[in-house]
Amino acid sequence: MEKVLEVKNLHTSFFTHVGEVKAVRGVNIDIYQGEAVGIVGESGCGKSVTSLSIMRLVPPPGKIICGEIYFKGEDLLKKSEKEMQKIRGNKISMVFQDPMTSLNPVYTVGDQLMEPLRIHKKMDAKSARRQAIELLKAVGIPDPERRLNQYPHEFSGGMRQRVMIAMALSCQPELVIADEPTTALDVTIQAQILELLKQLKAEFNMSIMLITHDLGIVADLCSRVIVMYAGIIVEEGTTREIFYNPKHPYTWGLLKSIPRINILSKERLIPIDGQPPDLLKPPQGCPFMPRCRYAMRICKEQCPGLYSVSESHKAACWLLDPRAPAVTWDREGVNFG
Amino acid sequence: MSRSNEVLVEVRDLKKYFPVRGGLIRDKNQVLKAVDGVTFSIYKGETLGLVGESGCGKTTIGRTILKLYSPTSGQIIFDGNDITNLNDRQMRPYRKRMQIIFQDPYASLNPRMTVGDIIAESIDIHKIAKGEERKALIYDLLNKVGLSSEHANRYPHEFSGGQRQRIGIARALAVNPDFIVCDEPISALDVSIQAQVVNLLEDLQDELGLTYLFIAHDLSMVKHISDRVGVMYLGKLVEIAPSAELYDKPLHPYTRALLSAIPIPDPDAAKQRNRIILKGDVPTPINPPSGCRFRTRCPIARERCAEEEPVMKDYGGGHMAACHFIE
Repeated sequence: MEKVLEVKNLHTSFFTHVGEVKAVRGVNIDIYQGEAVGIVGESGCGKSVTSLSIMRLVPPPGKIICGEIYFKGEDLLKKSEKEMQKIRGNKISMVFQDPMTSLNPVYTVGDQLMEPLRIHKKMDAKSARRQAIELLKAVGIPDPERRLNQYPHEFSGGMRQRVMIAMALSCQPELVIADEPTTALDVTIQAQILELLKQLKAEFNMSIMLITHDLGIVADLCSRVIVMYAGIIVEEGTTREIFYNPKHPYTWGLLKSIPRINILSKERLIPIDGQPPDLLKPPQGCPFMPRCRYAMRICKEQCPGLYSVSESHKAACWLLDPRAPAVTWDREGVNFG
Repeated sequence: MSRSNEVLVEVRDLKKYFPVRGGLIRDKNQVLKAVDGVTFSIYKGETLGLVGESGCGKTTIGRTILKLYSPTSGQIIFDGNDITNLNDRQMRPYRKRMQIIFQDPYASLNPRMTVGDIIAESIDIHKIAKGEERKALIYDLLNKVGLSSEHANRYPHEFSGGQRQRIGIARALAVNPDFIVCDEPISALDVSIQAQVVNLLEDLQDELGLTYLFIAHDLSMVKHISDRVGVMYLGKLVEIAPSAELYDKPLHPYTRALLSAIPIPDPDAAKQRNRIILKGDVPTPINPPSGCRFRTRCPIARERCAEEEPVMKDYGGGHMAACHFIE
């Protein structure tokens, strides 16, 4: 399989008036053609900043400090702004979290949908319109001819998110970055959108990078999962490896803190105590150490590197070192759905 | 949880309509039927969960029970007393007994007040304590919700989302209430923090014998915390049952679709199950469909559904649902 995206040692910081906030601190990601990769983590873990860095859309005072981002072998960080414009929305596109604010309220949906087609594909107005109608049909919007002339406020949240997805797909990108695409939506609408993404992925053989905090969505859509915490990747593997054989205490905590829906008896949730660290002063050791019940002395002093569990499964935890005491992951304790 | 058979809160055929303003031509007769004839009871010491999609009226119900909105019609009975038509002054003694925790921990705390003053606002209004006694009460409340007494002099912006929600809980507890409406108290929080707040709510319930109305759209969390769950759709209660029963044997087609739409954090189970994908969006509550309101999206709707509105029927064991075609 062809590698579509390769992120190497990415560091992105925000230079605020109180100091440098190190939002992303050395992230490596590979995405292959046709696969959906989920990036999970809590707010502030750097998952959105990673995706904005890939698009070179980090807002000031944020800056990419170092790293390489290869898209089909070309380093995006070496591209000029003009060259980037040819890639954004064309080869790589993005679906943002909030469908209410990411469409321009003063242009019709049709105008916004035709814009990338006219710019990137150099279509004339007529064929762009025809294509836009096709796209709206593809994402399941009824009566697309009429809908094209309407403004975003005439669409419901779910419908707007469909428009956003149609826009993202308009130039048949090779990679779609979806940043919490269903967070603002109701469950039944979320189910519709996820089904749509699955179907479109199969149809166009595109790659999806799905950023979310909802492990349920990842289990449903993605074949691989990357778990981020405090700006670094703490664990990555296939979806089955992450859900059935997690190795990092943070992943254990995430899985344990969500209630199981198919268990009839009532059981107590096991939260992760405390809060994520302040990235103004990222800790010297493992960032999860203060919240980790298995923490050892080394965890405070030195940040662990990624240990390989299998060819596809890696985790950054000192517990995986052969010298560490054996901590077994008790399956019973996990809140499987 | 120590649920009794004594009813603490009862709503009978509760309706809350909002006038619709705006637009070029003002039609004074247009109303938004946020809650349109809902009947249920909440027992002492239990948690009743209320779920539904945005705009289904669940928040409006919570606020109307507390008389933060005055009901259009119907009855609200609190601990045996009809409070539907009480004025603000008559409501005062009841306000001490019923409190609310809001969804957004960022918007619901006054940024110019210290945490101590936020928590003590109701203590001051109800003249519960003064001076040292007041201070001791604040410290006690802060400790109860897992914060420390030195937090009393700080301002809300110094706290994280989870901590702010703890402040909101402390404020609700300040007047020693019997009943708390929890209006999406965890929706704005991160997963690992949600569990902290839910555990806190459960502990406080055990300790203080509280009764909760827990409003949320996260069905798995609602199932976890509630003894019974009510499902709402477009201003109507469509099904209500003990929570395990509802999740195990949902009767109403909307409940079934809603449950099947929950993403399951288990890749194998996610692949196996059959999802019921509903078509379209929720219709507007200004002009709801005739008959059964769910019929426009219902996979089993027939002609009768458009003509006749289904009524709530008892299917035994406290399981009630409103649909013409439940086998």
